[in-house]
Amino acid sequence: MNALDQLQTPSHARPETPIMEIEHLRKLFPLRQINLFGPQRAVHAVEDSSFALYPGRATALVGESGSGKTTIARMLARLYDPTSGTIMFQGKPVKLTHGSALRQYRRHVQLVFQDPFSSLNPVHSVEYHLSRPLRVYGHARTKREETEQILALLNRVSLTPAEQFIQKFPHQLSGGQRQRVAIARALAAQPEVLLADEPVSMLDVSIRLDILNLLLRLKQEEHLALLYITHDIASALYFAEETLVMYAGQMVEGGPSEEVIQRPKHPYTQLLLSAAPDPDRMDPNQKGLGTLPTRGEIPSLINPPTGCRFHPRCPYAMPVCKERFPRRTDVGNGHWTHCFYYGDGGSNTEQPPLLNLTVPPVSRRKTGRTQEQPGYPETKENA
Amino acid sequence: MSQLDPLEKPVTAENTNGLPANFYDGVAEPSGTHIIEASANGQAAVNTPISAAGTSIAPVAVGGAPVTAMIAGSLSGFWRAITRNRKVVFGLSIILFFVLVAIFGPMFVHTDPNAFSENLLSPPSASNWLGTTQTGQDVFAQVIYGTRVSIFWGFLTGLLVTILSITIGLCAGYFGGVVDDVLSLLINVFLVLPALPLAIVLAAYFPFKGPLTVAIVITITSWAYGARVLRAQTMSMRRRDFVEAARASGERTLRIIFFEILPNEISVVAAGFVGTVLYVIIFEASLEFIGLGSPTVVSWGSMFYWAQNNDALLLGAWWWFVPPGLCIAVLGAALAFINFGIDEMANPRLRTERRPKVKALKTQKAVA
Amino acid sequence: MADILVNGDKASTGSKTLLEVKNLSVDYLASSGVVHAVTDVSFTLERGEILGLAGESGCGKSTLAYAIARLLRPPALITEGEVLYHPRVRTDETGAQRVSTVSMPRKGQSARPGETEEAVDIMTMGAGELRAFRWTELAIVFQSAMNALNPVMKIGTQIMDVLQAHRPEMGPDARKQRALELLKLVGIAPDRINSYPHELSGGMRQRAIIAIALALSPEIIIMDEPTTALDVVMQREILIEIMRLREEFGFSVIFITHDLSLLLELADKIAIMYAGRIVEQGTSFDLYEHPRHPYSYGLLHSFPTIRGPRRNVTGIPGSPPDLRAVPTGCAFHPRCPFAFAPCTSILPTLEPSNPETPEQLVACHLYNAKLHPAGPPVEEEFAARYASLAERSKGQ
Repeated sequence: MNALDQLQTPSHARPETPIMEIEHLRKLFPLRQINLFGPQRAVHAVEDSSFALYPGRATALVGESGSGKTTIARMLARLYDPTSGTIMFQGKPVKLTHGSALRQYRRHVQLVFQDPFSSLNPVHSVEYHLSRPLRVYGHARTKREETEQILALLNRVSLTPAEQFIQKFPHQLSGGQRQRVAIARALAAQPEVLLADEPVSMLDVSIRLDILNLLLRLKQEEHLALLYITHDIASALYFAEETLVMYAGQMVEGGPSEEVIQRPKHPYTQLLLSAAPDPDRMDPNQKGLGTLPTRGEIPSLINPPTGCRFHPRCPYAMPVCKERFPRRTDVGNGHWTHCFYYGDGGSNTEQPPLLNLTVPPVSRRKTGRTQEQPGYPETKENA
Repeated sequence: MSQLDPLEKPVTAENTNGLPANFYDGVAEPSGTHIIEASANGQAAVNTPISAAGTSIAPVAVGGAPVTAMIAGSLSGFWRAITRNRKVVFGLSIILFFVLVAIFGPMFVHTDPNAFSENLLSPPSASNWLGTTQTGQDVFAQVIYGTRVSIFWGFLTGLLVTILSITIGLCAGYFGGVVDDVLSLLINVFLVLPALPLAIVLAAYFPFKGPLTVAIVITITSWAYGARVLRAQTMSMRRRDFVEAARASGERTLRIIFFEILPNEISVVAAGFVGTVLYVIIFEASLEFIGLGSPTVVSWGSMFYWAQNNDALLLGAWWWFVPPGLCIAVLGAALAFINFGIDEMANPRLRTERRPKVKALKTQKAVA
Repeated sequence: MADILVNGDKASTGSKTLLEVKNLSVDYLASSGVVHAVTDVSFTLERGEILGLAGESGCGKSTLAYAIARLLRPPALITEGEVLYHPRVRTDETGAQRVSTVSMPRKGQSARPGETEEAVDIMTMGAGELRAFRWTELAIVFQSAMNALNPVMKIGTQIMDVLQAHRPEMGPDARKQRALELLKLVGIAPDRINSYPHELSGGMRQRAIIAIALALSPEIIIMDEPTTALDVVMQREILIEIMRLREEFGFSVIFITHDLSLLLELADKIAIMYAGRIVEQGTSFDLYEHPRHPYSYGLLHSFPTIRGPRRNVTGIPGSPPDLRAVPTGCAFHPRCPFAFAPCTSILPTLEPSNPETPEQLVACHLYNAKLHPAGPPVEEEFAARYASLAERSKGQ
């Protein structure tokens, strides 16, 4: 099944209520140093993030490393506790820390990890891995039920013949197979929400699509709410109906995938898109790598820039960007962004001139000199 | 045209006896792995070389074939793993011999080791295979009975020490925070205590003497080493995804510690156990030699004690102290071999293998 | 001052070809048998060209690159083949004609400017020659290279180390100058010369590694997945740097990666490897427009794209073969939607796909007129076959 088909339904026609709502989530990791002369230093991993997950829909969370996307996933899976903010599941706030209440919550929200090699315990067989959630959550009470359900799970993730796979150990499986086992393990709990933390970035290119298509099929069949975390924005377009973009712990843009990726508003999203490899913009006579509108790197999260954290690199930074983080501005069609260029809160659906950051590529001919880029503002280099 | 089925074929079990880990040591790509991003706060996951037959999780080494998995896999897999390593086989057979002697030996020896006789200090002969002591006791019988004591107490103490170090080490490593701080303090204190003087003091003041006292004293003074090692191992295992996954699957903490983390550390634990037994046997003999054991119990160490007291060395009665000494030495060597073998199994780089001969380019030299 | 290489002008520097790899094969010896990591690989690298080696894990591309640099250790063994390197005369900073260090004129002849020396087989170089060759002519940027920096040495010292080892005649001041120059070249602020690697970010460390590689103005730089551990923005910046430096200095690059989409934008020529062999080779544009080998087609369509026409992305069912159990005949046949009888038994050879395009080579029986008289399939057929394959594999 092609995910392109599901993009036909307009995404702002969301029929259902969200199954999870995340509001103003924040996470600080205090450093273990003792600071005598000032406040306790901490890594400001996530700052004021809000979004929602809907059953039967996939949401992509895109960002580079250090953007806080994995931290959000782990907070949703309750592997970390948020510093502040609320997580609502089925309309009720989730505020628990230990014991059976936590276990109950975890039954509903499962996490698939990035690394298929380390997310399975090498000393246990596939059967053990799949049986544990079945036992813990009481889905299987006898050995026979357990085996039946394990075989069913293996079939659902296309690991067939299932009888052969039951006794295997992780080191006997390939990367793609291991990831399927990890997905089966997550499904064993019968969750309503599946969080996939870069599920395919460590797999070979030719099997990535298989796994992504599997996730899509499961989403369709089980009506799961999927959160797909990735650094590859192209796969977000393919996989998810909604895309959220994060930079240095702040959520900067979000909305229907097509909108965000084809009509990006925030300068960082535009930077990401112009940096992503895109062979379709090749031209045989004018091959080149293009240029980036801005240089610099993701800031350290221990002492992040004030206000909008992108302002040191942003070609359009204004003085107010340093002071505070802009409020959410709705730019129409369910697409929103946090950028003072579009306003500070409220709605801005009339089309201001789009920031156009795509530039003609550099010629590949050996002229020894690069061409001047027309119409480009001078950017500040991040020293 | 006939279409061939392109669907994924599962890797068969035969593939597990595969290449050494250094096959994929950063030179060729292992199947299915790639690359990881480094995060801005420095928590980069490194591209670990992983062998097609194994995972990157070897408790002691980087990039090993999964000994622990092979062991946990099946009994036959375990057997194959063990028998392939010559050192382990050698060590185990010697140990097995001693254990058999310990269990069945006294049944076949009809002389009472404590019985006095008129044959004082006589060299080995047909009636006394290893001669007699100053009081006419049969050395051979004493050695056989002593085997039982040494083996039994040695392994029991080893077991106690291992259990103690696992419990404390794993809890300290897993929980972190205050628990870790307290337990680490405990470990460090016990680590620093001087073993021999403390042992002497304790043994001297205990109301009852004997191998039990020695066992208790040794347990108190030597659990800290293993605990420290296991704590470090557990701290690194704690961060692994499968532990997080187990937590996310709702597993209880104790179950995670003992069923998820501990099986991965079996080779460290096994090596620790073997090392401890070795240490115990020698230390016990030493304590008894200085006279801290019970004089009524027959063991190798007490034989040294009596031999020393009766100037056996001066009198040239080598048959009194050489046999127990030899037994300790051989048993110790066997344990050491097992340890080397375990090391090799856990760290494939130490393995010596027979490799097939292939004709190479004539002038090719190994690289600088 | 930088070594000023003669700017890509072919006429004055002799032959166009820089490196010729012929029938290179590398085997790994393991207790369970011999594994053929690289089998019978041949290609040419021209001056100033960027050659991309693409493939998934286990295809042997890293092994190939290390073999060319003779960095393989037992149990890896090069069993056959030669790698011919064509050195040339260059003008160095003093204006004097500098001969390539590997090919000191033999038999007392002096080199004349503009003349290339004879080709040298890297595989048969002696230890001294090899040491001279490495880094002055050939440099390598390793995978995860940012971890290859010595953590207890400042990066300036590491650069100067290289200079000291290979140019003993340079004084400490000259070395420092050159190190500063190199840092500037790759876009690192000069005051970072006294920083330790842990004080630099991942991207800067990668650039430092590239600076070290460029220290002696090599002719060839082999880059093994240099940017995969980096973010996409950083990756793009570094690649732009590399292109710019290539334009300025005219060196060639062998770029190894699994990311085909990147290679399509970056490389002039691409060779796709599968199970230790090259299955297709051609210019990147040709490969993008007309992939010939079914595997190339599959790879090209396994990643979704942001813009451009909406392609049907399907991926390739199955997984890359274990090199210990390579299928007979064409290694790709178990996963190939076009596999037919000869594919299981006859090994295809790398040949031009059709006589009009001698540059585009493919190893596939579909292009063999004798075995497949119906002629090669067209684009639509590729799409259709892969789609039906995807359907069937989903049915499970």
